Amino acid sequence: MYKYDHFDQSIVDARVAEFRDQVNRRIAGEITEDQFKPLRLMNGLYLQLHAYMLRVAIPYGTLDSRQMRMLAHIARKYDRDYGHFTTRQNIQYNWIKLEECADLLEELATVEMHAIQTSGNCIRNISSDQYAGAAADEVADPRPWAELLRQWSTFHPEFSYLPRKFKIAVIASPEDRAAMRLHDIGLELVRQNGELGARVFVGGGMGRTPMIAPEINPFVKADDLLSYIEACLRVYNRYGRRDNIYKARIKILVHEIGADEYRRQVAEEFAHVKTLGIDPPLAELERISAFFAPPAFDAADVEPDRSDPDFAVWLDQNVKPHKQTGYAIVNISLKPIGGIPGDATSAQIDVMADLAEQYGFDELRVTHAQNIVLPHVAKRDLHAVWQVLRNADLADANLDLISDIIACPGLDYCSLANARSIPVAQKIATRFADMDRQRDLGELKLKISGCINACGHHHAGHIGILGVDRKGVENYQLTFGGSGAEDVSIGKIIGPGFDEDGVVDAVEKATEVYKTLREGDERFIDTYRRVGLEPFKEAIYG
Amino acid sequence: MVEFRYRTDEVTEQPSVTLDAFLDQSNATAVRLEPDDDARALIPFLDRLTLIEVAFPKYRDGRGYSSARILREAGYTGELRAQGDVLVDQIAFMRRCGFDSFAPEASLNPEAVARALSTYDQFYQKAADSAIPVWKLRHG
Ligand code: HEM
Ligand code: SF4
Repeated sequence: MYKYDHFDQSIVDARVAEFRDQVNRRIAGEITEDQFKPLRLMNGLYLQLHAYMLRVAIPYGTLDSRQMRMLAHIARKYDRDYGHFTTRQNIQYNWIKLEECADLLEELATVEMHAIQTSGNCIRNISSDQYAGAAADEVADPRPWAELLRQWSTFHPEFSYLPRKFKIAVIASPEDRAAMRLHDIGLELVRQNGELGARVFVGGGMGRTPMIAPEINPFVKADDLLSYIEACLRVYNRYGRRDNIYKARIKILVHEIGADEYRRQVAEEFAHVKTLGIDPPLAELERISAFFAPPAFDAADVEPDRSDPDFAVWLDQNVKPHKQTGYAIVNISLKPIGGIPGDATSAQIDVMADLAEQYGFDELRVTHAQNIVLPHVAKRDLHAVWQVLRNADLADANLDLISDIIACPGLDYCSLANARSIPVAQKIATRFADMDRQRDLGELKLKISGCINACGHHHAGHIGILGVDRKGVENYQLTFGGSGAEDVSIGKIIGPGFDEDGVVDAVEKATEVYKTLREGDERFIDTYRRVGLEPFKEAIYG
Repeated sequence: MVEFRYRTDEVTEQPSVTLDAFLDQSNATAVRLEPDDDARALIPFLDRLTLIEVAFPKYRDGRGYSSARILREAGYTGELRAQGDVLVDQIAFMRRCGFDSFAPEASLNPEAVARALSTYDQFYQKAADSAIPVWKLRHG
């Protein structure tokens, strides 16, 4: 895990002091809400339907038990005893009082955390693979690169008023667990002749115009990375559209001028930027990498006792292979049947922190699917971990199944929403509550957004649900065929929308068509891709 | 009106002309860039310019930050002025991009500006100011 030195700490502390001053000026009436808005937005503070919402950054989704406990403490002290883990590997608190906000940030800073650039038209929290450092298929740990980018992007003086927000993801495996190509910039670390570098994809995104990022450069060397990314951003800052908020993301620029022309402009800018000496020496990447050295793995390779059937199901569904023999990756589902996807109570957050400390080399991860990961658990401890999780209602064995739903806050919290997301997620999960039925359906990624902004990643859902407003009535459109993984694709709307119960029925019908038509061990999406929409449409609308 | 100026040379008296006018004629020594003007068009003429004014019609429009850096990176040493919707919380970023004078439309409180400029004493990136980035301090 990265640890702040006094430079990092002084920057975060200065931010707390600055924000306290801004809040005080607002409370004293020296600045209007209009003037305050851009300032609070730079710091993750949104005014929502009922209260202020604060988004806290969890850089590349990695945190230790001390930080996790702080998140629980904040939920307890400043919120209503729970927090909401988001698709951007952050945590959001929904009931924050403005007067307490600076105190909250000051407490966060004591554990090397902040809310810097979690909103606003700037470079946001860098996301990464939740299995980093544990996955067998990674060429390197992507997090040192993500940390390098975090530092470079923090208070970047040129890129704090971009045309629109900017999201970067870094992965290092052929298997994409971070929806890399649906980011403004996606980096995939690869090796070329033994040297580590990055494949650079630019111009992906969701929202109302979903796009998959094209490859802009097949290999950027480590010591050119910041210059290259700076060039990518400069071209965007100068030429990205600012006349229409819906066309302001970099994906629109890349799409309008074309990937070749964008690549050419970046190459030209890079040739210039590279002369400025903005790239840290490789020693800086090495310094950061040292913090991510593998922990002292020493457990013998013992297969867990599978005699308890509930434990065995959890093992099969939520526990993934680790690159180190004797170890496993544990996924903790925040998707209990009928619960709110991504929510965890303070007590649950504390339990997960304790487990990380006791059994997991003190590390936790937040996933873009709104779950938590203990990346390094000795196999001999799996049963003990499972028992603790079960007692905390955290042992749902539904990873990647139909009830492992991504859902945005929707109309229950969000001022932009057209429709509720959470109740739909709850109804679907409840309809498919039977574990055998879910497991028989296999991997099925279902994602729900309450409006076209697509915070719930519905475009990337094998089944996506989009809430729309039809003449004042909440209505839900269904999309099929999306994926945020290495087989990335954008889902297509299947036909007219449904009401809340109708959409649950339609999902159920779709799963039945799949069961009839599937061949071998095809997943839902594979069958859909093979047979096309027709048979599904017939069953749903026929 | 220039409210804040961080250089000691004489203020240019000549009014600034638009980029088009400048490129058409001119022996003007002061020029004004709008957000969609290409700052690089000025590069051949930098040594005879004493003032480049960069317009910020809306604070949200951040193109002027890139214009400023491009000019400084090309070696421009004259006055670089941010004019328009310039707010106290942008001044520190603007200084780092190379601006050294400010003509905000709505007058700013000098104390607040001084505070904004002294809040941070460490910077992660190399930019157009003289600040030494943290990585360099770490590695010498
Ligand atoms: C409740 C307050 C929220 C508001 C007002 C909000 C607002 C927005 C808006 C306006 C966009 C569209 C931006 C664009 O396309 O340019 C967006 C996109 C997005 N938001 Fe949110 N959001 C909220 C909560 C969340 C939450 C809780 C999550 C995570 C679960 C989230 C994750 C995302 C993601 C992943 C995108 C898509 C990024 C893309 O377009 O590439 N948001 N949000
Ligand atoms: S998708 Fe729409 S409804 Fe859902 S959180 Fe984002 S803005 Fe709100």
